[in-house]
Amino acid sequence: MTVTPPTVAAETPQRATRRFRTTKGRETWAGLAMMAPAGILLVLFLIIPVILAFTLSFTNARLISPNPPRFVGFDNFVRAFTNDPVFLQSAWNTFLFALVVVPVQAGLGLLLAVLVNRRMRGVTAFRVIFFIPVVTSIVVVSILWRFLYQPNGLINSMIDTITFGAWSGMDWLNNPQTALGAIIVLSIWQAVGFHMIIWLAGLQTIPEELYEAAKMDGAGPWRQFVSVTWPGLRPTMVFVLVTITISALALFVQIDVMTQGGPTGSTSTIVFYAVRKGYEQQEIGYAAAISLIFFVAVLIIALVQRRLTRDKD
Amino acid sequence: MRRTVPAFVAAGAIGALALTGCGQAGQGSTTSEDGRTQITMWTHSAGNPAELEVYERIISDFNASQDQYEVVEESFPQGAYNDAIVAAAASGDLPCLLDLDGPIMPNWAWAEYIQPLGISTEITDSLLPTAVGVWNDEIYSAGYWDAALSIFARESVLTENGIRIPTIEEPWTAEEFTTALQTLKDAGYETPIDIGAEDTGEWWPYAYSPFLQSFGGDLIDRDTMLSADGALNGPEAVAWGEWFQGLFADGLASTSGTVGNQEFVDDEVALSYTGVWNALASVEAIGDDLVILPPPDLGTGPKIGGGSWQWAISSTCEEVEGAREYLEFSFQDEYITEFADKQIVIPATEGAAEASEYFGPDGVLRPFVELSQEYAVLRPETPAYAVISTTFETAAKDIMNGADVQRTLDRAVDEIDANIESNDGYGF
Repeated sequence: MTVTPPTVAAETPQRATRRFRTTKGRETWAGLAMMAPAGILLVLFLIIPVILAFTLSFTNARLISPNPPRFVGFDNFVRAFTNDPVFLQSAWNTFLFALVVVPVQAGLGLLLAVLVNRRMRGVTAFRVIFFIPVVTSIVVVSILWRFLYQPNGLINSMIDTITFGAWSGMDWLNNPQTALGAIIVLSIWQAVGFHMIIWLAGLQTIPEELYEAAKMDGAGPWRQFVSVTWPGLRPTMVFVLVTITISALALFVQIDVMTQGGPTGSTSTIVFYAVRKGYEQQEIGYAAAISLIFFVAVLIIALVQRRLTRDKD
Repeated sequence: MRRTVPAFVAAGAIGALALTGCGQAGQGSTTSEDGRTQITMWTHSAGNPAELEVYERIISDFNASQDQYEVVEESFPQGAYNDAIVAAAASGDLPCLLDLDGPIMPNWAWAEYIQPLGISTEITDSLLPTAVGVWNDEIYSAGYWDAALSIFARESVLTENGIRIPTIEEPWTAEEFTTALQTLKDAGYETPIDIGAEDTGEWWPYAYSPFLQSFGGDLIDRDTMLSADGALNGPEAVAWGEWFQGLFADGLASTSGTVGNQEFVDDEVALSYTGVWNALASVEAIGDDLVILPPPDLGTGPKIGGGSWQWAISSTCEEVEGAREYLEFSFQDEYITEFADKQIVIPATEGAAEASEYFGPDGVLRPFVELSQEYAVLRPETPAYAVISTTFETAAKDIMNGADVQRTLDRAVDEIDANIESNDGYGF
């Protein structure tokens, strides 16, 4: 395996040895040394794969084939947008998922954070309860919820009991109308605790004096929240929104475990579809093109978010 | 101090490289402690203790029988097995001996993962035809058993409800089958047949494409192997789709449940369309009341998927001689019988079947041998099968969930044909 040395090293030509005798030179070396492990890993596992994926997406490379790949220009991209209804459906599903999950999960996380951000007995227990799903493996969570959603599962039994048998629920995961919704619910439940902790960290940076001052001015709880808490949480909000967006767009495990993209493609997502095309159907070139489209889309969305939430100073 | 800093850099770089682990899973010759040449072997049998036990016995017998080679076995869970093979092939780490599911063999042979088997033809000639994998007129794989599907029922339940017990000579017709299901539903079974729709993966094409073939459709046009058009979306295929959709829509079969035969054992369903490997629990639970029935004749006679797991030798194997020696050693009737009786699969040789407790002439599972000989259809022997399999699974699931049959099948055909075309026809 050949390793491209970090490009930074290239900027220090033969003079390096001479420079090395100066304090500044030594610092450069020390800096490079500290960067080396992360730098090499990043190049190997991030930069090179990205370049490879970019190259592959213009070929008809197969996962398994005795024939060498050949360049096909923009064929893969054209195919994705004009001749692949499942891809378009996957893109739409992914977008829909993010559209619901981002505001709901961020809002719910904030609500929980505000609730557990007080000094009273038992608050730690609540924090732990909300946080448990986050540290549970998402695969395990997905399998459990698949059982819950079964026609004769816990959720339907509950509905049946509450409505006194008037409605006994439905086959949530096998109904195109409800499958994505079911996955949205479990995804929010699983990850909301993580963002609750982030919000909580943000809440604890707001100085207590501000609240005292607000109380002196006669502000009620709502007014305190709007005028003190919310402005103080601005940087946290940006972080929470961007992280939720990126992870929501990358939805894969729940789909892979629970529905495999079905029923009738209603839960297929871009990442799931790329994996299916690339590995199960062995079309690596096409899967790379899908990944590239995904990469560009996420980049654009993240940049737009940054713009919208930037400090207006 | 002066020289330590570059060393520092080097150490960091080496550490990082070590973390990336450029390891090789020895496909090269490694020797064991006592100077034998090691032959690496992968199985998909982790999680199947009965099967693994037999392999371990064969391996230790083989290792003890000579002193030149030592077979070293590693087992993987079935769900991750194919991915492990593909990943290993991509990085040049394939083991010498590997087992594979029959229908994937052409894909791997075409990709040059595996080489022609080259074991004595005396052995391969004695095996069931469906236990030998042929691609391009060359034998690439061979297995100890085949599997088969049938419908399990309780004789008492059928007679109580006045349902004729079908035989190999006279299986149920499509109408009879539907009527029987309706009768059983009226008799109080919420979903009278368990066809295993909660399962995923290769089970779908294995279990449900025979129905399609019984209707007269197919997964691909087997004459050319270049297109699925007409076979998978023609009128016969659409008729299959409508029928399949109806099973679920009319509440005759359930879309969920537990994988395996538990519902049938618990008498929650009257019939179970299931594999031979699930038979033992039912035999034990139901005893003499159990009847093993042929699948229904939906137009062109009953059909059963043929071809199960088989063994092959990788193309990068450096110890081909030793690998062949091991395989030839392993195809002894006693081992094949043991596989058959421990794992409940159909033994691949006549001799092994004779000696088998379950599949022998008076064995309780003897019907399976006859079903398999009578109705087995191999899944299409083409490298395109990997795509056909997943596409069919998706399409059949969509149909199960109420999608428009013609449109779904047309889409599946487009997908399969596009893939065949992008692979330049896979050499056909």
